[in-house]
Amino acid sequence: MKRWLGSAIALIAMGFLASVQAQTVVKPAVIYSTGGKFDKSFNEGVSAGVERFKKETSIPVAEFEPSNETQFEQALRRFAQRSQDPIIAVGFSQAVALDKVAREFPNIHFTIIDSVVDLPNVQSVVFKEQEGSFLVGVLAALASKTGKIGFVGGMDIPLVRRFQCGFEQGIKYANPNAELISNMTGTTPAAWNDPGRGAELAKGQFDRGVDVVYAAAGSTGIGILQAAKDRGKLGIGVDSNQNHLHPGTMLTSMLKRVDLAAYNSFKEAQAGDWKGGTQVLGLKEGGVDWALDKDNEKLVTPDMKARVDAAKADIVSGKIVVHDYMSNNSCKP
Amino acid sequence: MDEALTYVLLMLASTLRVATPLVLCAMGGLFAEKGGIVDIGLEGKMLMAAFFAAATAAVTGSAWVGVAVAILAAVALAVLHGFACITYRGNQVVSGVAINILAAGLTVVLGTAWFARGGQTPPLTGSERLPPLFLPNAGDNVLVYAALLSVPITWWIIGRTRFGLRLRAVGEVPIAVDAAGISVAWLRYRAMLLCGLFTGLAGAYLSIGQNAGFSRDMTAGQGFIALAAIIFGKWRPLPAFGACLIFGLLDATAIRLQGVKVPGLGEVPVQLIQAMPYLLAVFLLAGFIGRAVAPKASGVPYVKEH
Repeated sequence: MKRWLGSAIALIAMGFLASVQAQTVVKPAVIYSTGGKFDKSFNEGVSAGVERFKKETSIPVAEFEPSNETQFEQALRRFAQRSQDPIIAVGFSQAVALDKVAREFPNIHFTIIDSVVDLPNVQSVVFKEQEGSFLVGVLAALASKTGKIGFVGGMDIPLVRRFQCGFEQGIKYANPNAELISNMTGTTPAAWNDPGRGAELAKGQFDRGVDVVYAAAGSTGIGILQAAKDRGKLGIGVDSNQNHLHPGTMLTSMLKRVDLAAYNSFKEAQAGDWKGGTQVLGLKEGGVDWALDKDNEKLVTPDMKARVDAAKADIVSGKIVVHDYMSNNSCKP
Repeated sequence: MDEALTYVLLMLASTLRVATPLVLCAMGGLFAEKGGIVDIGLEGKMLMAAFFAAATAAVTGSAWVGVAVAILAAVALAVLHGFACITYRGNQVVSGVAINILAAGLTVVLGTAWFARGGQTPPLTGSERLPPLFLPNAGDNVLVYAALLSVPITWWIIGRTRFGLRLRAVGEVPIAVDAAGISVAWLRYRAMLLCGLFTGLAGAYLSIGQNAGFSRDMTAGQGFIALAAIIFGKWRPLPAFGACLIFGLLDATAIRLQGVKVPGLGEVPVQLIQAMPYLLAVFLLAGFIGRAVAPKASGVPYVKEH
């Protein structure tokens, strides 16, 4: 009798738990990229989305900051084994590891930001960085007095070339005579985390006449924007809104709404309508944009704003097509 | 003509900025190496110093206090290294590696615990950084001049003082020094203290001179480059200084050569330019430097005979 009662209670409890799990209980997890959660840029954007989700739902989110690329696979597998679901992998460098782990755990939902993994249980979110970069390129060309504009990328990969290429098209759109001087910080993932070198690259560009620099380099960007402030030049931030870093010398930031990507993915999972497949977020979808707030409003004249807004409308309507470097690995269509 | 001159000056400024931590670190390493202690922990000491410089400057608001604490931190690690391999005669390479790993981990852990910014310190502004002294655009803060001064000082101490003579002897034939009634251990400890002093300055330069704050692994292998410079310079201060400048110059060139179209070659790939310092290192070491002979007692713990 006693045993029967015990197992009945256990059964009911299990059934109750299972039904709850099917509807609302999600155990979300996020694995950041090697730049670290507080890079003031890409990862911090994701973190903002995660924090918003935690605040609104009071659901705890497991987080992991890998110190190097070899930990991606391990971390993904650990989270999957603990049946964390969904799991967000931040950054293109996790794609290979995710491809492997997602096959091992077909019932767990994964989301990758910034890369495409073509599996039924993976949601891939990529951005049209070229469109956002085009807009900040227009601003840079209008703000530059010397007609020379700098770009400092992180690791030399097609994704970063896409930023560069969109930026260049924006510059040429606003001022066909303007010149772009580009540098890449390095060829290894360490290039995302080398502010000293970033500062040195930026100073090299300033010495060559550059007066606006666009930093698309993760944590390295902190050094680039600092160098711009030290020399009284203008800096353009990336991913998160970085205008607050140096009010007065930050022209704008190219916003990549990774926070929305992370937040939406968790919300969809919670509501039970999470879907696999690829989402491409551009200007039209609100996935990329440029930042205007109290920290840079003095630098953006009404005329500049009008020009950028016109370009934005044209891109959204399809009148301007911004070429994507990654479509043919070249900046020429 | 004017343009060419400006270009040369800009390159020179950039070279000095990049070479400063290398020079300071190499001079520190020279004292240890001359005294017969292999110090591959230069990187770790520099990293730890960089962290404490930035952390202290952020909390106290004074760059100078930051420099002082950076030196203390590096000296502490240097003494730890000495404790392991002078007093306890441990393997010097192992102890050096341990210091590098300790510094890489501890800086991030402490940084996360104190500032909650994923291992970074808050960005530094105004008096929390070392200002440029004469040329606002060249970034010539006091530590750049300290690096330039450290070379003749090192040369003088090692080559012209009684302490230097004994230090060199201790690196070659410690038993002779011991026989003369001079403490081998104390000499080597003093070498480590000097090593800590210079690597401390190098670290402080990185986080509060060149940059405005500490970030994870910001030394990025420069301690090892400094070690290579010591070997390049055959364990002598002036040639080691030259080697540091060559590394600095190559780096500065690499930065300015990126994306520039070279006549006849077109645009040089980034990868090739960034491999240049290392290619040159191999080339020089194989063909031009000749045999680099380390101090004889290098890496050998001294066991006092009774």
